[in-house]
Formats: sequence, C-alpha cells, structure tokens
Amino acid sequence: MKNAARIIPCYSADTSGVCSALYELGGLTVVHDASGCNSTYSTHDEPRWYDMRSNIFISALTEMDAIMGNDEKLIADTVSAAKDRKPAFIALCGSPMPMMTGVDFDAVAAEVEARSGIRTFGLHTNGTRSYIEGASEALAAVVREYAEPCGKVRGRVNVLGLTPLDLPLGADKHIREWLASHGFECGCTLAMGDSLESIKKLPSAEVNLLVSEAGRGAAEYLKKEYGIPCICGVPFGNGFADELAERLRSAANGSKPVALSTAEAGQAEVIVIGEGISAMSLAEALRRDLGLNAGAINTQPSEGAASGDVLSCEEDIEAALLELRPKAVVADPLYRYILPAGTRLIEVPHFAFSGRCFQRAMVNLINTDIKEYFK
Amino acid sequence: MSGAAGRDRPEFVRLGDADRNGLFASGLEYNPPARGMWNIVHTGMLVPGAHEIFACAQGCLRGVILTAAEMLELDRLSWISVSESDMFDGTLESDIVDGVRDIIAKLGKHPPVVLLYLSCIHLFAGVDFDDVIRELSESFPDIHFVDCYMTPTMRTTVSPVMKMSAQIYGALEPRPLDPKVIGIVGNDRATDEDSELVRIIRSSGFELRDITLCRTYEEYLRLAESSINISHIPTGVLAGDELQRRFGAKHLHLPARYDYNGIADNYRKLCGALGVAIPDFSEEIAAAEAALAEAKAVIGDTAVAVDYTAVTRSFELSLLLKKHGFNVKYIVADTAGGEEEAFDSLRELDPDIEVYSAVNVNMLDMPEREHEPVLAVGQKAAYYFSTDRFVNMIVNGGYYGYSGIRKIAELMKDAYEVPKDRRELLKLKGMGCASCLV
Repeated sequence: MKNAARIIPCYSADTSGVCSALYELGGLTVVHDASGCNSTYSTHDEPRWYDMRSNIFISALTEMDAIMGNDEKLIADTVSAAKDRKPAFIALCGSPMPMMTGVDFDAVAAEVEARSGIRTFGLHTNGTRSYIEGASEALAAVVREYAEPCGKVRGRVNVLGLTPLDLPLGADKHIREWLASHGFECGCTLAMGDSLESIKKLPSAEVNLLVSEAGRGAAEYLKKEYGIPCICGVPFGNGFADELAERLRSAANGSKPVALSTAEAGQAEVIVIGEGISAMSLAEALRRDLGLNAGAINTQPSEGAASGDVLSCEEDIEAALLELRPKAVVADPLYRYILPAGTRLIEVPHFAFSGRCFQRAMVNLINTDIKEYFK
Repeated sequence: MSGAAGRDRPEFVRLGDADRNGLFASGLEYNPPARGMWNIVHTGMLVPGAHEIFACAQGCLRGVILTAAEMLELDRLSWISVSESDMFDGTLESDIVDGVRDIIAKLGKHPPVVLLYLSCIHLFAGVDFDDVIRELSESFPDIHFVDCYMTPTMRTTVSPVMKMSAQIYGALEPRPLDPKVIGIVGNDRATDEDSELVRIIRSSGFELRDITLCRTYEEYLRLAESSINISHIPTGVLAGDELQRRFGAKHLHLPARYDYNGIADNYRKLCGALGVAIPDFSEEIAAAEAALAEAKAVIGDTAVAVDYTAVTRSFELSLLLKKHGFNVKYIVADTAGGEEEAFDSLRELDPDIEVYSAVNVNMLDMPEREHEPVLAVGQKAAYYFSTDRFVNMIVNGGYYGYSGIRKIAELMKDAYEVPKDRRELLKLKGMGCASCLV
C-alpha cells in the first residue's frame, strides 16, 4: 500500500516546513493544533530550538473548541501573544483537526491583523502534506509581502529554499563563501542566516539559486514579478560547484537556465535518494568529482522540470531499488532497512527524514572535496 | 524575577495571588526543549513483543516514528498515513484495515500483540474502531489487537497518556486471581525496590508484578493474575479502574505523597488490603528527616525551583521542603489539581513564591534572563532557570514514601554538589529508555 510503511520514517510535514522556513524572520507562527505539532517540530524537525529563540507556538486546540468552531479563541490568543511578543508579522497555519472543521485561515488572519495591527497571513497546511509544500507556501508569502522593487545589483545572487530540514546548519555560510569565491555577491539566503530586511531586497538580484523545492513558490513569484531567472542546484563537491557557478553566470547574462541532469534510470550505478534538488545535485557532483554514473530518486513534491519522478512511499522506493539494483545508494542512514541485498549504503543524514538521530554525523558537502567522503 | 509586569498573559503569578482552580489563562503554548517525559510510544513499548501501528496524518506520525527511532525500536513501529482525500472519500476505515494487513504481511513473524493507534481525526470522523479491531482480529486470530489512541485534541476529557497507561493492559485475558499476587499498574518505571511500598508487599509473602519488570509476553499475561492492583501516579488511575472492571482485581490508588500523614495513610490502606500489620516506620522517617537536614546544610539558602514533571505533587514537595528550611522560590506548574491542601498551606507559609507556567509564550526567553543561582528539581525548571544544578527526574522517579523523600533529598544534595550537562540530558526523550543520541 502506498500510504503504509513497515519501518522507514515519513518525512517532515507541511506544518514543520512552515515553521522551519519562517524561523529566523522575526515573526510569530501559530500552528492551530492540540499539542503534537509543536513537540514534534521542536524536537525532531528543528535543530535551532535550543540555541535560537523563535516565536513558534501552538494554539492548544481542544475538542470542545474544535466541535464548537471556536475560532475566536485562536484569534484572541494570537492577538494576546502578539501584544507580548511584538513580532514583525504573524503566520497562522493548520493541522489535521482544523482541516476537518474547515477553519478559514485567511479569514482568521484578516481578523487577527485587524485587531493586532500586525501584518498577518494564513497558510494552508493540514499536517498531511510534505514539508516542502508548507515551506514553499510560507516563503512565497513573506516574499510577496516584503519584497520591494529596487535596482539590480550586478552579480547578486539570492539563495532560495534554504532550511535546515534539507541542508545542515551552516549551509548558508558555505554557500556565501562559494558565491564569493566565484565573484558573486550573495543577496538573501532565504531563510537561513538572514532577515526580513534582506527579503526586501530580493528583487535586486540578477539570478536566484534554488537549493530546495522549499523555495519554489518564492522563485516563481520573483520570476513572474521581477523577471529573475532561477537556477536549481546545491553546490556540492568541487566540479559541480564550479559548473553551477557557470550556470548562474549564464543565466544572469540572459541565457536559458540549465537544468540539473543525472543518469538515466536503469543506467545508474549509484542512486542518491532525497529531496529532488539536493539529490540531483549530489548525483551531478558524484559524476563530476568521482566519475560515477549517478542517478537520483526524488522523494518530495516537485513542480519544476528540474526534478524527476517522485517516489514518496516505502513500497515504491523499495521496488525501484530492487529493479535498478545499484551498486550503492547515497541516502539517509534509515534507508538501510529497505536496500536490496548487496547494495552498499553511503550515509548522508537528511534532517527532514531522520531528524536528530544522525545530526552529529552531518557533514558539509558544499563547495568542498567530497572524494574522501564517498570513496 | 520580574518579567511579567505589563504582559497581556503574564508567565508567572505570585502564589499569594494565585487562583488554584485556574493558575493561568489558557493561550498559545510554547514547547521547551526538555524531553524526558514519556509519550504513548514509549509506554506501548513496555508490552513485550508488541508491535505498534499508528494511523494518522504525516505531521502526527513524524513524532511517533522518530520517538521509536531514537529509542532504537524502529523495527517495532509501522504506520499508515492519512491523506486529505482519505477523510472524505469513504475509505478511512478500509485504509486502516488494509494498511494493517499489508504491514503484518511484511513483518514476516506475527507479533503477539498489535497496538493500533488511531488519531483525533479518526474519532472526529466517527470511525468505528470496534469494527476495525473485530475485522483485524478475524483476519489474524493469533494476534491480539488493542485499540490505542493518539488523541491530544481530546486531552481535557481523557489524556492520551492516561488512556495509554490503561491500554497497555488491553491484551491481558482473564485468569484466576491469585490472592498472593499484587500488581503495580499505570507507571512507566519500576517502583523503587527500597521503598516501603515494595518492601511491605515482598516481605509479607506476596509476589509483586509490574509491566515494567516483564521481559516476556508470558510474564506480561500473568499480570492478569494480580488480585490487587496498586496505582501511585495520577495517570495510572484509569489502568487500575479498568483492570478492576475487567477482571475484578481490587484497585488501590495510593498516590505518591510528600507529606508524612499522607504517606502513613497510604500504608494504612495498603496493609489493610493485604491483611498485614502496619510496620513501624520511625526509622524511615528519621532517615528522611536526616537526609533533608543534610541536603539543607549543603544547599543552604540557594533558591530552589520545583517543576511538575519531576514530581506529581509539586506543591506538596515544595511545602515539605519549605517546612524544612529550603528556600523554595519557584514552582513550574500550570495547574494545582489534586493538591489543593498543599497549595493552600504553601500559600499561607510563603505567598511570595512565584508559580511559572510551563507553556506560556513569554517563557520563550526565560532562559536568557538573569537568574540567581538556582537548584532545580526537574528538567523544565532546569531549562527555564538555566541551571546545571538540577535533579534529573520525571514522574517521581519511581521513588515512593518515606524512602522516596530521603532519596529525593539525597538527589538534591548531589545535584547541588555535582553540576550536570543540562543540554545533553534534557535532549533525551523518554527518560530511562535507550537513545541513539547518547
């Protein structure tokens, strides 16, 4: 069955995607939920929780409030918290129970905004979808709200979709260094290691770098409204990092953006499993730096042409691996349970999959020599 | 501490101004990174050989799956996700049944028990859980299916933790009650062997059974032979009541107390039920007093903070400590339910004690505020008051009675003398369980 799994985890959900995306932007995020969303998010989906404060709360929804449709409590409690916390903005999103009761988050947001005087937006999560969808909607919402028309800055690149769910903490710093080393100026790193102030200047970039589908909504908005082209990829390794820099430069100069490409299914000796852009980028890096014929299995929703077919359930991934019979799989350690016999697993922990379990083993693969790691 | 002035929702209240029927107005809630408390996954794993299957939305699944992963029990948990369309296309029940069948087929060996957890949305949608269990039981007659609930939305009616503490006995079948067998039920850790409670039971020729001590499924099944079941934490009450209803085993609720009269009352009830003489506890009381005095001598006037996750009666423990000269200044608790007497006495003794909400949004930056040196009893207090001098304990730590008071006093003294690595300890889920984070 597509919706059942014997052993491997599910990925982070849309509510966590919202919270992760907005974490560093100075807002107040409310998940309309009884209790589980916040403890799950703060324990398993948020590596910054202990060290960096963020106004992320749950509404503590009760059975009676759900049955009676007591949206007033959510509104009043949010306005009250905003008085005390003084956020830059307020984001409201939903979990499964509000989906059942049909809470209108746009209406609730309008009411909260009217009472608090603070810009408020409703996000349409329900706890049943991928973190990618939640994060993408959240980032697109803040970009729509805060990006301001401004003049272009030559060589400026925005990084979109950057959250610790897909890339380890510190990835923002490594990407900044890589961009600088190729003569680019890093604009906004949406949304790790950056601020709301920086979001205002997003339109000043010549090109956007989409490092995860989590930034897809923002990228599409910036393309539509400001004509900023978008290149997909994470600068893993050395060879692919150089190539990606060239793709950015070409796109900035008006050339058609070059898409990620990997080995054809059935031809790959190595399969990378994970979020589409990360997985395909790593596959390209393995090809360029180690000469491996590497392919990718994308486990997350993808709207762009850059990503291949999405295999999101245990049954499908297990069947695909059985058919492809790769020599090695590069994936989170918890995929070890469904690998074909004889297939080697090269572990690359993915926070959106195994949470804290292998956090200590996470290493930076951005703009660095990856030969030793994958030898 | 003066952080609450001018707040719309103050995060603390002076005890003298507090209403014990409602310490704080409900509002948005914060979740501090103190992870020691057990959840329903940990509790279910107490059933030897059980396989847990959760059916719920992805957002809810995530937490339970990774709980199992972190406690190195991922192979004992499977899941069925519920999509948006499942809620409306009439397949909600059939998806559960089909999903469980699929998972069991893939498990290979059948587990003796499957704990099947449904979620808030299933109950809200009116899923016929009895029918689901019946259908699965017919398909797999060698497996005992137990209905379990991950229903935090319903927490004000029956908390998921209390319900789970009862459902872990769901696979027990009626057996002849053995008058020489006594059970302790509803707790997630063994009761201290050194406690008077355990010593009275064992020394009087009774056999003590407790799910936390079961290593095999047969040992688990023998829990049904207990003629008396004792619960001593609040969330264990339903377990005792249910076993009394199902098997006729007398339920004795003897709540863990931090008050000598209350403890004596518990032992009177226990000895009465067992038909044994009440022992002389003067030595145990003297030992508890000596330990408290020794701890006080070491800790001195250092401020003490007690939180509700460490002990089930945080106001009562605070009162005991206060009476023994400790400088209890802070309590972290959102309610004072069940200990009204202690609350009132403590308020009279020291109305300036500050009671902090554990979940108030304004507690978010509590750790960054300037704190005097604090000795904390409990993880949340340790986190909020940013202290490495803390007693790392949840739900009474298995301690009970006079010896429990003595041991907590000893732990306080030790906590003061030997600071701990707060961050490393607080991150571990399900205190006492294995963890891949260690």
